[in-house]
Amino acid sequence: MFLSFFYFLRSSGIDVSMDEWLTLMAALKKGLAHSSFVGFYQLCRSILVKSEADFDRFDQSFYAYFKDVRTPEDLPEEFWSWLEENIDPLEREDGYFENLLRKDLPELLETFRKRLEEQKEKHDGGSYWIGTGGTSTQGHSGYHLAGIRAGGKSRYRSALQVAGERNFKDFREDQTMDIRQFQVAFRKLRQYSSRVDVRLTELDIDGTIKETSNQAGLLHLVYEKPRKNTVKILLLIDSDGSMMPYSKLCNRLFQSVSQANHFKDLKVFYFHNCIYEHLYRTPLCKRNDWVDTDWVFSNLGEDYKVVLVGDATMARSELFMKGGNCILGMYNEELGIEWLKKIKRRYKNSIWLNPISEKDWPRVYGSETIEEIGKVFPMFELTIEGLDKGIKKLLTK
Amino acid sequence: MIEKKIYQGSSDYVVTEELMNAVNVAIALEKPLLIKGEPGTGKTMLAESIAKALNLELLVWSIKSTTKAQEGLYTYDTVQRLYDSQFGEGNVEDIKQYIKLGKLGEAFVSEKQPVLLIDEIDKADLEFPNDLLWELDKMEFYIPETKETIKASVRPIVIITSNAEKELPDAFLRRCIFHYIEFPDPDKMEEIVRVHFGDVDQSLLEQAMEAFYHIRKMKDLQKLPSTSELLDWLQALMLAGIDVKKIGKEIPYVGVLLKKNQDIEVMYEVKEKGYSLRNW
Repeated sequence: MFLSFFYFLRSSGIDVSMDEWLTLMAALKKGLAHSSFVGFYQLCRSILVKSEADFDRFDQSFYAYFKDVRTPEDLPEEFWSWLEENIDPLEREDGYFENLLRKDLPELLETFRKRLEEQKEKHDGGSYWIGTGGTSTQGHSGYHLAGIRAGGKSRYRSALQVAGERNFKDFREDQTMDIRQFQVAFRKLRQYSSRVDVRLTELDIDGTIKETSNQAGLLHLVYEKPRKNTVKILLLIDSDGSMMPYSKLCNRLFQSVSQANHFKDLKVFYFHNCIYEHLYRTPLCKRNDWVDTDWVFSNLGEDYKVVLVGDATMARSELFMKGGNCILGMYNEELGIEWLKKIKRRYKNSIWLNPISEKDWPRVYGSETIEEIGKVFPMFELTIEGLDKGIKKLLTK
Repeated sequence: MIEKKIYQGSSDYVVTEELMNAVNVAIALEKPLLIKGEPGTGKTMLAESIAKALNLELLVWSIKSTTKAQEGLYTYDTVQRLYDSQFGEGNVEDIKQYIKLGKLGEAFVSEKQPVLLIDEIDKADLEFPNDLLWELDKMEFYIPETKETIKASVRPIVIITSNAEKELPDAFLRRCIFHYIEFPDPDKMEEIVRVHFGDVDQSLLEQAMEAFYHIRKMKDLQKLPSTSELLDWLQALMLAGIDVKKIGKEIPYVGVLLKKNQDIEVMYEVKEKGYSLRNW
């Protein structure tokens, strides 16, 4: 039954390895779960789960798998009062529990039910009846590893209850993220882009030999500067009204990118819904406070990686009509979609990040333009997972 | 059988049962314990507490962005040896004297089991943890220069902390026991404060904690105040003898809690309006 838990965890997206599983088994053997369900839960989590981002997923799986182990709440009152008294821990030698581990859950539950029916009096210690401090598979504060625990206080809080609370929901990776998480994601852009060591100085061998020779063999070390990261980023942000609900998120993205000092260069421009012949210098998108898009093309080389951020929802005309530019008084000869294609042609490594969650793309207003733009740029949702995928895309040659 | 070491917390460090279990699991299984959590939740203090509680020596290897895995094992001062050979100083034949053990090396040769803290492992290069896999697994390494193998006679208790600035490699994670220190809830926090300032005035503490958790709820802040900042703040409040009533209203010495000007502005703004800016 435990092996099936292993596969169950793996199927629910927690990447447990055989090694970790064996470690868990070794830990159980040593009695590190302290024969309590909570102990078992904590032990499983600390050995099998290596990121707080996975805690929630683990809690859910644990809950789903063990939910039938839940202690029956309709225990007769007397049972509870018997169980509340006389809690006296028993010490057990190592390895004692491994034999007991193999009992099947349904069987356990069945026994618990039966025993409940049979039992007519209070019972403490011993190894058969439901009672306190015993080694029976049934009871309260018991020391049976795979046993059923019938309630208890504080530290006897049910593991399922703990798991069921889903205390770590906020850490899930598919949640939208904060600045720090953005930064972590953007650091990955360095990992792949340059294999450079972060050493401050590197020994310049040629220089050292030359200098040493110049000084008649007296050793003289010469250091040179290490190589730098070569990633250059062009960030283009939609600051249209429809982006207002996401402004906080975009602001965080912007901050994390601008704080990341490992890029060789970072240029940020803004646009309204779609890109035409101008890119604005500020999010306010004021007339004349802009640069020509063509200027960007000619001044920023093709080695720039382009990240476009926008909801990609707009009127069809903004993409497919001359003069589709939604800003009053601005007329575009060239179609919006052509401008986008030009960007893609100029900058092979470009992605579109969309704050709208991916599952909603086919449904929201503007789903058509999302689809059209998605044909030009690989589009990802603006979450950690999306950004991760996007960054991988940026780094493909 | 070796005497079992069970960690049960120490007098100056409040430990949750979960964390205590994780520590004991790591000790029993002889695996490194990886501790993650918000800054200021006492990750580094844990190692000190373990060393103190179990009466063991503590070795601290603080990781910087330039730290190399090799430095933890040993460094071979070739430059010194070259210089020495040029000037005919020292016994150049004896390579051993140019080999300096790093913190990991020190932990391995230690006769008594030490606690080794590898602090802020995420500061180093992304490949850093991978370079230590074998050494942490086998607790040994080989020095080719002297043809020596340094092997731990007793496996040190290894505590590793991370602020999650970088993702740690999978292979490394699989070898660790993991624990995430949650930010303490008010009850736990009170316990922690009591450990540090046993004599703190109850009403002052209540007011300060209320203000503290109120500030922590402001989502617009970039850097949330942590336990250590609360402790500093309490100390400042106590030293200055601030009127308890003023604490919630004025947040005196706010600079102790919030380290960024922007955050302080945000805080005042939120206080004034009475609601967080986060919700549109």
